[in-house]
Amino acid sequence: MEFSLAVVWLVIIGFFLLYYSVSDGLGLGVGILCLFSRRDEDRKVMMESLGYIWHTNQTWLVVVGGMLFGAFPVFYSTLFSALYVPAVLMLLGLIFRGISIDFHEHSRSKRLWAVTFGAGSLVAAIAQGFALGGLLAGIHVKDGRFVGGVWDWVSPLAFLVTLGVVIGYLMLGTNYLILKTEGDLQRRSFRLSFVFSVLTLILSIAVYSWMNLLYPHAAHKWISSPAVYYVSVLPFLTGLGFFMVLRGLYKRRETAPLVWNAITVALGFGGLSVSLYPHMMPHVVSPVTVEQAAASPSTLIFMFVVTGLLLPVILFYTTYTYRVFRGKVKAQEY
Amino acid sequence: MEAPFDPVMLSRLQFAFTAMFHIIWPVLTIGLSLYLVLVEALWLRTKNDGYYRQARFWSKLFILNFAVGVVSGIPMEFQFGTNWSVFSRAGGDIFGHLLGFEATMAFMLEAAFLGVMVWGWKRVSPGMHLFATAMVAFGSSLSAFWIMSANAWMQTPAGGSFDKGRFVAASNFEPIFNSDMPWAVSHMWVACLEVTIFVVGGISAWYLLKNRRVDFFLRSFKIVVIAAIVITPLQIYLGDGSGRQVAKTQPTKLGAMEAHWNTNLPGKGASWNFLAWPNKAKQDNDWAITIPNGLSLLLTRSLNGRVKGLRDFPIEDQPPIWLPFYSFRIMIGLGFLFFFLTVWTLWAWRKGRLKPGIISEQKKLLISWMAALPMSYVAMEAGWVSREVGRQPWVIYGVLRTQEAASPLPAYPVASSLLIFAGIYGVLFLLFLLFASYIVYRGPEAAE
Repeated sequence: MEFSLAVVWLVIIGFFLLYYSVSDGLGLGVGILCLFSRRDEDRKVMMESLGYIWHTNQTWLVVVGGMLFGAFPVFYSTLFSALYVPAVLMLLGLIFRGISIDFHEHSRSKRLWAVTFGAGSLVAAIAQGFALGGLLAGIHVKDGRFVGGVWDWVSPLAFLVTLGVVIGYLMLGTNYLILKTEGDLQRRSFRLSFVFSVLTLILSIAVYSWMNLLYPHAAHKWISSPAVYYVSVLPFLTGLGFFMVLRGLYKRRETAPLVWNAITVALGFGGLSVSLYPHMMPHVVSPVTVEQAAASPSTLIFMFVVTGLLLPVILFYTTYTYRVFRGKVKAQEY
Repeated sequence: MEAPFDPVMLSRLQFAFTAMFHIIWPVLTIGLSLYLVLVEALWLRTKNDGYYRQARFWSKLFILNFAVGVVSGIPMEFQFGTNWSVFSRAGGDIFGHLLGFEATMAFMLEAAFLGVMVWGWKRVSPGMHLFATAMVAFGSSLSAFWIMSANAWMQTPAGGSFDKGRFVAASNFEPIFNSDMPWAVSHMWVACLEVTIFVVGGISAWYLLKNRRVDFFLRSFKIVVIAAIVITPLQIYLGDGSGRQVAKTQPTKLGAMEAHWNTNLPGKGASWNFLAWPNKAKQDNDWAITIPNGLSLLLTRSLNGRVKGLRDFPIEDQPPIWLPFYSFRIMIGLGFLFFFLTVWTLWAWRKGRLKPGIISEQKKLLISWMAALPMSYVAMEAGWVSREVGRQPWVIYGVLRTQEAASPLPAYPVASSLLIFAGIYGVLFLLFLLFASYIVYRGPEAAE
């Protein structure tokens, strides 16, 4: 693996994307759970548990979009025109999710806005699943331009990935509720999380195996040395992470399941990226590699300096706000 | 004219519609957050609970407005990729990272501290709360800086060269500090303050007219009147500066905004069209009411200064004329009306008419303030229309044509998404009005 600026940026954006998918993934998971919750009070607690963080979490998506646009203009432009339909669906889902939290507070029909909140979350999660699935299944690219059709993102693999994303978000959501709630809701979250964790594990293995069957260059790493050492270590650690989540659930720990869940996502995400590298877009017609998709070196350096200075500051104040709102969700206290 | 089902035209309509809808919300976010900083700071200094109540009431409206701004903002960023992929690839080296900076520097700050500002009243000290509000205000103004810098770069691209369909940056700071940037940022930021003045002023005027909660709303009314003394003339000054900037760097846009066809001959002044009937096919105005030497005087500060006309440019490089010409006039007309309204209000204040008990008799004044609320948004939107339609046929002025910048998409997905956005944004707008009127109608008591 060559060390270059473009690779550094790939890792940075990977980190942003990971942060987004964990932090907003748990929000979308809680949203979907809201759809299946029967009691008004539970739905209220679930929405309030996200009240002060969903917006910060969602902003990471805006950061991912902006940084991807800046660092990899070719990738950004090709990806989103190829994924037009899921991208628009995701945006619509996020519109409903976000607006419902606010309207819920003002409106008298609480039920309606809890349902739109849940439906928006579900649509956004499904759309993200298909976007990821469409990307993993490959995008028709020629001379750095998208040459495929509007519905290329629909494929059997994409369905599997979408299922994985939705169940994975539910796992994050239940683990978050374990941390933020008490009593009956928390007890149910423990039980549900166990189910979602096992399902997520199975789906992750299925997606990873499918990818290796689809892309010979990924599978080849498993039988060549020294590649086999670095491709195999991350999946192994991911499995260990799942074990720690389940252990935390079994021992009724409140924080451990969520923390290990986040670590597991990071490891799994890393494992998949390493096996696909150097292809940013698994190719169908012609590949787009990391280097080809990147902005000019001077822009990459400039962005690197600015982001390097900013990131510690951002992490500092977001940590501060998490601390301000630590503890269990209590009804209306602002 | 392009066919109505041309995918590029549909993408343009979608972008114009979603952008014009989105911009409604951040203008108030930027201005009202500064108002909240002001009243919170006054509360901490004077310990007068009246200011605390100001903060609580207006922040209700702020949050609702903010929420619509956020959800309608995310589609803006992603549309560059979904609908304008050729532009994204061509301009990404500059335009992309400016959006990235906007997100990391401004949006994160705004988002993180918004939580503390909204839900933190009982969790942090008043000083810390003021700090959080100030960070929200700072973040939102900073986002205006970055997005206006990026937009200004599309008007006056600088700091690199166009090579093989991609703009490659040669400098990091030249694109950010391109020649249009100072005018674009200041004119838009002051527009945010001006809209906020008329939103707070208009709602306050409604209460004063009804003679309800006069103590509370006379306070907010007087705060924004004082702000208007500075802001309304300042905006006219900045508008004039922006106009001269356009004349220097985007002569075709200026020609469209002023329906100015013929470059004036040496020794003769260019006249200013007060009103006109532009005819692009004839490359002239069918009729015009003009002020002789007006345009030369406005743009060059001399009676006979040279102003390039549209005929100096091939028709394929000329923007549409009607929209920029008339929207520009709407903006200017309203800008002056807002200034006159401010002068009138000051006069009434001097005469001692802005006092509890008698202010509700100032019906014409108060109704004018209420009318100024929607009109301030109209002025802002009209300004944007003349700015962006006037930039056509270019997406990056002089470099990349809009017609060549869109994604390779067939018409039907774009038409579908446009219809869906139109439907959903229509509903969002009505719901916002509904909930905002609840907040306003219930008044400050409900917010305490």
